[in-house]
Amino acid sequence: MSTNVKVDTEIEDQELIQKFLKDTTLFLGPDPEIIRDHRIMPRTPSEEECMDKYTDLNQISSIRDRLQSACEEGFEMVEQMGAAPGAKWGDIITGIYSASGDLTIGSAGGVLIFSALVHHPIKFIIKNWIDEHTVGVNEGDGFIHNDSRYGNVHNTDQSMILPVFHEGKLICWAASTVHEGENGAIEPGGMPSMAETSFDEGLKMSPFKVVENYEIKRDILTFLQNSVREPKLQYEDMKVKLFACMRLEQRIKEVFETDGPDALTACLRYTNESVVTEVRRRISEWPDMTVRTQTIMDSTLRENALLKINLAVTKKDDRLIFDFSGTSPELTNRAINTQLPGMKGMVGQAFMNHIWPDLPRGQAGLSPIEFITQEGSLVDCSYEAPNSQSLMSIFHSFTVAQHATAKFLYSCPDKYTRVLAPWHNMINTFIWGGVNQHGEMLGNLCADLNGMGGGARMDRDGEHALAPIFATMADIGEQEMNEEEVPFLQLVSKKMTANTQAPGKYRGGMGYTMIASTKDSDQWGFMTTTQGSKVPTIQGLFGGYAGGSYPLCKVTDVDVYDVLLKNPEQFKHSIHETMNEQLFPGAKYSTHHMGMGFDISKRGELYMISQGSGGGYGDPLERDPTYVIMDIEEGLITSDWAKKLYKVEFNEETFALDLEATEKLRADYRELRKQQGKPYAEFIKDHVKDTPPADIPFYGSWNGDVDTIYAGSVDDKRDASNIGPIYVTNPKDVRIGELEAELEAVRKQAGIPSTDTRK
Amino acid sequence: MKVLMTEYLRIDLETENWECRVCEHVVGSARGNYKEGLLVYKRNPEDIHPSVIDPDKYKFTFCPDKDWVSIYEFYCPSCGTQMEVEYTFPGHMPLYDMEVDVDALKEQWSHREEILEPVKGPNILVDRTHGHNH
Repeated sequence: MSTNVKVDTEIEDQELIQKFLKDTTLFLGPDPEIIRDHRIMPRTPSEEECMDKYTDLNQISSIRDRLQSACEEGFEMVEQMGAAPGAKWGDIITGIYSASGDLTIGSAGGVLIFSALVHHPIKFIIKNWIDEHTVGVNEGDGFIHNDSRYGNVHNTDQSMILPVFHEGKLICWAASTVHEGENGAIEPGGMPSMAETSFDEGLKMSPFKVVENYEIKRDILTFLQNSVREPKLQYEDMKVKLFACMRLEQRIKEVFETDGPDALTACLRYTNESVVTEVRRRISEWPDMTVRTQTIMDSTLRENALLKINLAVTKKDDRLIFDFSGTSPELTNRAINTQLPGMKGMVGQAFMNHIWPDLPRGQAGLSPIEFITQEGSLVDCSYEAPNSQSLMSIFHSFTVAQHATAKFLYSCPDKYTRVLAPWHNMINTFIWGGVNQHGEMLGNLCADLNGMGGGARMDRDGEHALAPIFATMADIGEQEMNEEEVPFLQLVSKKMTANTQAPGKYRGGMGYTMIASTKDSDQWGFMTTTQGSKVPTIQGLFGGYAGGSYPLCKVTDVDVYDVLLKNPEQFKHSIHETMNEQLFPGAKYSTHHMGMGFDISKRGELYMISQGSGGGYGDPLERDPTYVIMDIEEGLITSDWAKKLYKVEFNEETFALDLEATEKLRADYRELRKQQGKPYAEFIKDHVKDTPPADIPFYGSWNGDVDTIYAGSVDDKRDASNIGPIYVTNPKDVRIGELEAELEAVRKQAGIPSTDTRK
Repeated sequence: MKVLMTEYLRIDLETENWECRVCEHVVGSARGNYKEGLLVYKRNPEDIHPSVIDPDKYKFTFCPDKDWVSIYEFYCPSCGTQMEVEYTFPGHMPLYDMEVDVDALKEQWSHREEILEPVKGPNILVDRTHGHNH
């Protein structure tokens, strides 16, 4: 047999094997080949041909501008017509994807992380449904998707995906994604922190066809509606997304008429390739070094624990590598894990929001960046682990990325944004659900999640409750509008929480207080899904501090609406007055961490939370004293705290500054620092331990050894390359165990035998 | 030539040292961890993040739990400027946060002019003024 014949036979055999495997695959699950790859696809022969044909960059630019406008138009449509609070307040994106599935142009506003995530389901459709005779991809089809294991943040986000054809040839794709909220999960609102398996997370839509001939298939729609708590919302927003995609298709077809489909294909490819080239050029401008940082997660949302998000970023020439080795392992029965694309997408978000916001919102910006993760870690979790609260781990991923990149950017002669301290990174808001005052079943959240305190910049303070880290141009919503649909009031809202700022030469933007109370329903409840009640979730920058922590405060056994009717003067508009003065006789006052599972509320009980502060920048002793006084005047900080922290001297009645005394206070304090501070080696000897704290569950690497991972105890050390599953005991079982032990001890002490000693 | 690396630190490319930008103090070799040349202090979180609600009555108070987090402050030993703050796990080693390739930095800046004041980048926001001006 000649060599050629042998090779041909081998290829034929290989193809037969591939066909056999394809024909006999019993389940088309998430595809690692697709899911683990965030890069743009290789240039296709068709794209090559189109780029040879269309070389006029003015024409390319003109088409790109038209497509960008189309994306903005689609964004506006969804925002104006969408029913979900997330849609109304901008937690959405619309985009145009190449024939291969790469997002090339996305709407400028909205949740930019979607830019890095919706290409996965499109690539799944291309790989599996185009040639599948029972499905197929045709003009007028629409595909729906939400399962994050096929590419997404979490299952509360739903996408509508439309292929766009010209004379029977697939040219590109249009898609729209919305944070819908309700999805039929174990808790209302779509982001259950109680999920212990992926099957507790509600709808699990792999990409499938739900639209034919531009019409939603009613039988499938009914099935989806029947699976969620808000059937009307499910229908309305599917229609809204479909019509936004159809408008994108219309605009794309207008380009076909004026310039031709090949010009559009050339435009999409040029755009992606030139962004990749520009990103590599910008990376080259950074100094070659490794920057290390970490953040602390203090909760699984079910119980308090210490979990590490660890990052080392290395820049060498035009390569930029994000290495998350040493990060906490996944918790296999907790919801805070993320699939790998979610983490990558959130790093992409950091670049699109805060580092290179001038680049097109697309997948190409992230494409040249490299990632290293340990499979089975919190940021690269297994297929089995729930991830409905992946926000927790991806928000921390955002923060470590933001913190590390600031240290690269400072020395760069060319900057595209100001260097800034980390943004606040948690969604301090109420998720709610139940039957509203109109008798309708609802499950969603307050758009206050969109108001996170901004990080301080290198030349100015951070802005208050400004924007979420996951979206630009998103709004915090109109509370009065919400109250038409929900049976609770925010009795205090948008009032800054005093003394919670992150101090610095420039202080972080602060957050506001929210006090919610159910009024018009006996079937209503709240949940909160936020870390940071014990440990700040961010870092400050260059000598600035992080924001503090924050509790969930509850006042029960009170009907505050009765109080407001009979003794309105008894009510005060702050958490500290309500809790410290215990304003309502007979009521119960309690604090909790911010991972409150769904809690049925009674009329007039108070749930009180505060948003968090963005990070501070620089040494607080360098803060302009006039800025300190202005913060006092605005009620952001109190005089005593200002004096203690910023070392300023002023008249407390007139606020007149004594600059000379201030300078002396500050000089004295610098001297005190020199006396208090210890040389590095001595400090290490006194304070650094060989192992994590023994009395607190700790997850992650310790002191830089990323090959060894602690799994909740100093005695449980695992090989980072094979971490294995970790199951955490239900906190109620833990509590029962504690109480049983206490009871047993008391019985023993009192000489009372146990009631039943049988095993 | 000196390269401004952070708000308070620069690298002298000739001497290959980290220097304090406030007082000119030589902190240590740029090929090493600048933190090793600074003073370190473990700060009580209550000093920075006060308990907004009464810690005698409540478990969670807006003040971080000192048993769960440590705040390391790093000072210039010469002028007392606070150059860095690190929130970390109790007992954890401070991070070697900026490991610079000095040779690459020299090569990079051999093609650039020295910059004496940090470049801020584009000004995309109006300057903040406190108070309400409407």
